[in-house]
Amino acid sequence: MTSRQRIVLLSAISAAALIVVIVFGTLAYLRSQTALTAPSSVAVIPVTEFAGDRIEFRNTAAGADYGKVASVPLDDASGIRSLSSQLCDRVYSTSTLTMCLTTDAGILTTWTALQIDDTGAHAQSWSLPGVPSRTRISANSHLVAETSFVTGISYAGVGFATETIIATSSGESYGNIENFTLLVDGEQVTAADRNIWGVTFADDDRHFYATAASAGSTWLVYGDLVDKTLTSVRGNAECPSLSPDRSRVAFKKNIGTLNSPDWRIAVLDLTTMAETVLAEERSVDDQVEWLDDATVLYGLPRPDVVGDSDVWSLPADGSGAPLLFIPHAWSPSVVRP
Amino acid sequence: MYISLTNRPEEPEEPEGPEGTPTGTKAANGVSSVVISLGVVSMLTDISTESVSAILPLYVTGILGLSTVAYGVLDGLYQGVSAIVRIGAGWAADRGDQPKWVAFFGYGLSAIARIVLLFATSFGALAAVLTVDRLGKGIRTAPRDSLITAASQPKNLAASFGVHRALDNTGAAIGPLLAFVILLLIPNGYSTVFVVSLAFALVGVAVLGIIVPNRGSRARIEPRATSVEPRKNRRRIRWRELNNPGLKRLLLVAGLLGILTIGDGFIYLVLQDRSSFAAQYFPLLYVGTNVAFLIFAVPIGKLADRFGRARTFVLGHVLLLAAYISASLPVTGAAITILCLVLLGGFYAATDGLLAVLATQFTTVDTRATSIAAAQTVVALSRFVSAAGFGILWFAIGRESAMTLVSIAIAIVIPIVAIILRGARPYRADV
Repeated sequence: MTSRQRIVLLSAISAAALIVVIVFGTLAYLRSQTALTAPSSVAVIPVTEFAGDRIEFRNTAAGADYGKVASVPLDDASGIRSLSSQLCDRVYSTSTLTMCLTTDAGILTTWTALQIDDTGAHAQSWSLPGVPSRTRISANSHLVAETSFVTGISYAGVGFATETIIATSSGESYGNIENFTLLVDGEQVTAADRNIWGVTFADDDRHFYATAASAGSTWLVYGDLVDKTLTSVRGNAECPSLSPDRSRVAFKKNIGTLNSPDWRIAVLDLTTMAETVLAEERSVDDQVEWLDDATVLYGLPRPDVVGDSDVWSLPADGSGAPLLFIPHAWSPSVVRP
Repeated sequence: MYISLTNRPEEPEEPEGPEGTPTGTKAANGVSSVVISLGVVSMLTDISTESVSAILPLYVTGILGLSTVAYGVLDGLYQGVSAIVRIGAGWAADRGDQPKWVAFFGYGLSAIARIVLLFATSFGALAAVLTVDRLGKGIRTAPRDSLITAASQPKNLAASFGVHRALDNTGAAIGPLLAFVILLLIPNGYSTVFVVSLAFALVGVAVLGIIVPNRGSRARIEPRATSVEPRKNRRRIRWRELNNPGLKRLLLVAGLLGILTIGDGFIYLVLQDRSSFAAQYFPLLYVGTNVAFLIFAVPIGKLADRFGRARTFVLGHVLLLAAYISASLPVTGAAITILCLVLLGGFYAATDGLLAVLATQFTTVDTRATSIAAAQTVVALSRFVSAAGFGILWFAIGRESAMTLVSIAIAIVIPIVAIILRGARPYRADV
């Protein structure tokens, strides 16, 4: 080939690539604009304030209200959803406080944890080191927790990392609880790849459960904010969630391999330490929420639509079958005054 | 302007390639057009890679609905995989004297991974895609650096690497920003990012395949000295050539310094703790380091050609020491964070390309890619050990004390390695 032929060939390839990108990008842009300006695909009522016994969640129905926090009455979960204007990737609410983990999209995309009080004011906020993952508030709204990924450092060989912060609603922070002393079967774990995620609070403003991980293993750990310790309770348990009566912990256990995880929801009786695997055959990657002492709620992504998901319900005793509880929803929290 | 894409022959004594192949004509200031072409290949490929890397956590967690552990495994695959294939690829490039096609295979593998990415919706598929991508990176690096060496004049070798690394890091800086702009315009527009990434990867591969001549190291050095029989490509690697005191010293030095290079992640975590600016932009601090790297790559390369490559390589670690110190200073605010990123970028500019330059100085042309691969593998492995070790230290004695300890250690090691390298003689009068 002569130099001229080379340049012609390269120009042709570049032009073809450019045309494909422009056509594909334009179509995707037009599609997203149509979706963004379209009325919500489910019925919504904009409100300034949620009220009553309810389930708050992230609305994932296509349309203008995608990603906003919504609410349905506890006794009518399939009813018309009330909709706030707040965008959250992950959300959890009590009657007086909301934790909202949100994306500040831009050329420099960053993430923020917002604490919103019952007047709608942003009581506190802090920057997250990466993509949001989990958030919880204690029942009395005294303590909040959030987990996010630590992104942007994969270059450095530190590898995968999460950051889990526990703070009080009045603004004091316990910092990253990864720095707490981790005891697995009585032995202290000091490995650098320790990671902690998925906090669920007990009622004493001191204790909590969470997931600890190191070297490919995970443990359910019992945490203590005063002693700053995390003590293993059992292995292979992630994203714990205490039942309303505090007698059981629901979590996800991996029945697959480390490389291709397959998570089942299990419930651990904290008195007998007996484990019951629930009747969900699909892999669940969520921190379960308890609807009541007999039923759990969890999100599953829709296999056919990118970015959409549903909330399902399931008996907590291993019986029954999953039921579609709230369609086009994610990150549910049961709110009782 | 000291870099140019013109193909006008300005040095008549440059041997003409067969069939009118562009042989990498030198521009006014001596950086070969081949080096610039290779830089463009790397830039396009880095735009491709980094645009996907930047949004991958979002995609995996937000869209695929996979969580923490799954993402951790992906990230684990990212590490390490490339070190395994690196030496093999360097050896293959030397043995067949076909560095271009070995590099092409590496770039091509990553481009194929981008095609599969468009259809990867499960965790297993995604893990496979990323593994193949990293394999491609491991394969291409040493043969490509060997091509840069072959196409460059010995007197401005470091500057040539500087030009290449500047273009490379331009891609690494553009990639994440491009991806976020796409997501800003098209919410959930991940497939558009993947298509754009694939387009950049394919054009990069095309530039390499079509524009860059396949000039083995031997062809350049010995065109007249021996009457090379055509197609005598297979060579026997004389391992003795790798077993020379100079290269051994370099590998020792690279390993020593690598162990004390604790990883940017730890530095970013210290900054995050100190400054709300660093906390807010934490996920993007690495982009700042890349920008500093690209700005300093050419000036430091030119400096190294005049001032001495080994000297500059060693002094580059003083910048690393300064970065550690600036991160440890009890000063908050944006300025100290930016200073720290600038120092880190300067450190990479003074060490990344020069490592390859030094590796070629201590070996013959016949084992060039192999020795580059050996040096890069030593650095990768020692930094891996360093990250694990420093993590333990960090926990055991606290982050401030750990940083101080490593700072002291590197301050002691810098003069020692300077002495070790001063005793190392180039294998041939190649420089």
